[in-house]
Amino acid sequence: EHLGQSIIEAAMSFFGFGQSADIDIVLNDAETRKKAEHRSEDGRKDKYFLFYDGETVSGKVNVTLKYPGKRLEHNGIKIEFIGQIEMYYDRGNHHEFVSLVKDLARPGELTQSQTFDFEFTHVEKPYESYTGQNVKLRYFLRATVGRRLNDISKELDLVVHTLSTYPELNSSIKMEVGIEDCLHIEFEYNKSKYHLKDVIVGKIYFLLVRIKIKHMEIDIIKRETTGTGPNVYHENDTIAKYEIMDGAPVRGESIPIRLFLAGYELTPTMRDINKKFSVRYYLNLVLIDEEERRYFKQQEITLWRKGDIVRKSMSHQAAIASQRFEGTSNPEKFRGHNSEEDTS
Amino acid sequence: MAETIADTRRLYTKPQNLNDAYGPPSNFLEIDVSNPETVGVGRGRYTTYEVRLKTNLPIFKLKESSVRRRYSDFEWLRAELERESKVVVPPLPGKALFRQLPFRGDDGIFDDSFIEERRQGLEQFLNKVAGHPLAQNERCLHMFLQDESVDKNYTPSKIRQA
Repeated sequence: EHLGQSIIEAAMSFFGFGQSADIDIVLNDAETRKKAEHRSEDGRKDKYFLFYDGETVSGKVNVTLKYPGKRLEHNGIKIEFIGQIEMYYDRGNHHEFVSLVKDLARPGELTQSQTFDFEFTHVEKPYESYTGQNVKLRYFLRATVGRRLNDISKELDLVVHTLSTYPELNSSIKMEVGIEDCLHIEFEYNKSKYHLKDVIVGKIYFLLVRIKIKHMEIDIIKRETTGTGPNVYHENDTIAKYEIMDGAPVRGESIPIRLFLAGYELTPTMRDINKKFSVRYYLNLVLIDEEERRYFKQQEITLWRKGDIVRKSMSHQAAIASQRFEGTSNPEKFRGHNSEEDTS
Repeated sequence: MAETIADTRRLYTKPQNLNDAYGPPSNFLEIDVSNPETVGVGRGRYTTYEVRLKTNLPIFKLKESSVRRRYSDFEWLRAELERESKVVVPPLPGKALFRQLPFRGDDGIFDDSFIEERRQGLEQFLNKVAGHPLAQNERCLHMFLQDESVDKNYTPSKIRQA
């Protein structure tokens, strides 16, 4: 089987068809760079190299000839860094919002396998990678060996996260809603902007209860909006359903809410990305009565991504500090530390 | 600024008034359909049911009421609600026309087990409907539940609370 395969490949290569070289893209910091999980269109979760806005993307392109000895003629070798938006209903059209290219080799021929260095310095990555129900935003490197009939190319997908700092203004959400003479509640959420590992702390206060409530839940709804003008399409997805009350409340009762966001698959709020799509999140408070009738109130919240800050742990710093004093009763230890801290 | 663990303490809440906590709830509404009675003779016979209501909802004029209604009155109410309000009205128990055909082995529509089944269905129907905030605004519902008799020539209207 393998023998037959390679005879065909050799024949195809002889006639100038088929893949006569393999391309491999390797990042310079592949050993140290963090990877992030990202769900692909088919639902699988994979890990990709994680980049932030402004970071340099550098590495090497390895072009390996399959049949050493056989020359590889080409129309140029290049590498591109691309950020693009793809609408599922219009697959052919890719909207590129970042498109950088580095030429690695002028048209010519390769007589042996070769490695090319590349660097895209301080690349702007304005949006976060997103794979949704109707739209996909991705970043990738694409190395291409140009050929007369069929280019040989290889793509390396990357994931970009957009970070935000603590919002200066983060007011709570407090509102009184209800049905005239039947049900009045006051709901409160402690913030309007939550980071992805935050906790929603809130309460529901009952002012008037003339219906027979059976239970109450809070849902997180993700709304993906694609298209513009008359062709706007909203895709709603209930990310979470969290029961906060079981049983009938009366006037004056207060039901606490404590919802940990880290347990759910959420993205930051994305507003009008490149004028192509939005992803927004809503808290939906739902009350259900004994006849299964549903009363609900939706409220938008803003989600943002907080950067991870690496800090020496407090306990480590405390240990160093305490050892400075311990040294007097334990001379050897003291001397040991002295020599460590002696920087002269 | 060191912020490692989010503050998840409960938000401040006003202490509840003890009357509110232990007093009667504001949503008391009980409707019973019971005491079926067959009235009339021969082919003009029909069954009526007692519709008893107990409530503390301000939208009902009487806090206790008892009226007698027949199946066709329930059909009338259902049709009125469907036409006048945006409520999705639940179904009534079956009309059972086949039970009105002659030469049956049982008592037809005056059969005890049939009447009991129908009674249960009518009670379920009324409880579902009377608790609906939109249905409670309809004049026809209040007339059905609390007026001596159903005036099918009434003028449909909405009830507004003072």
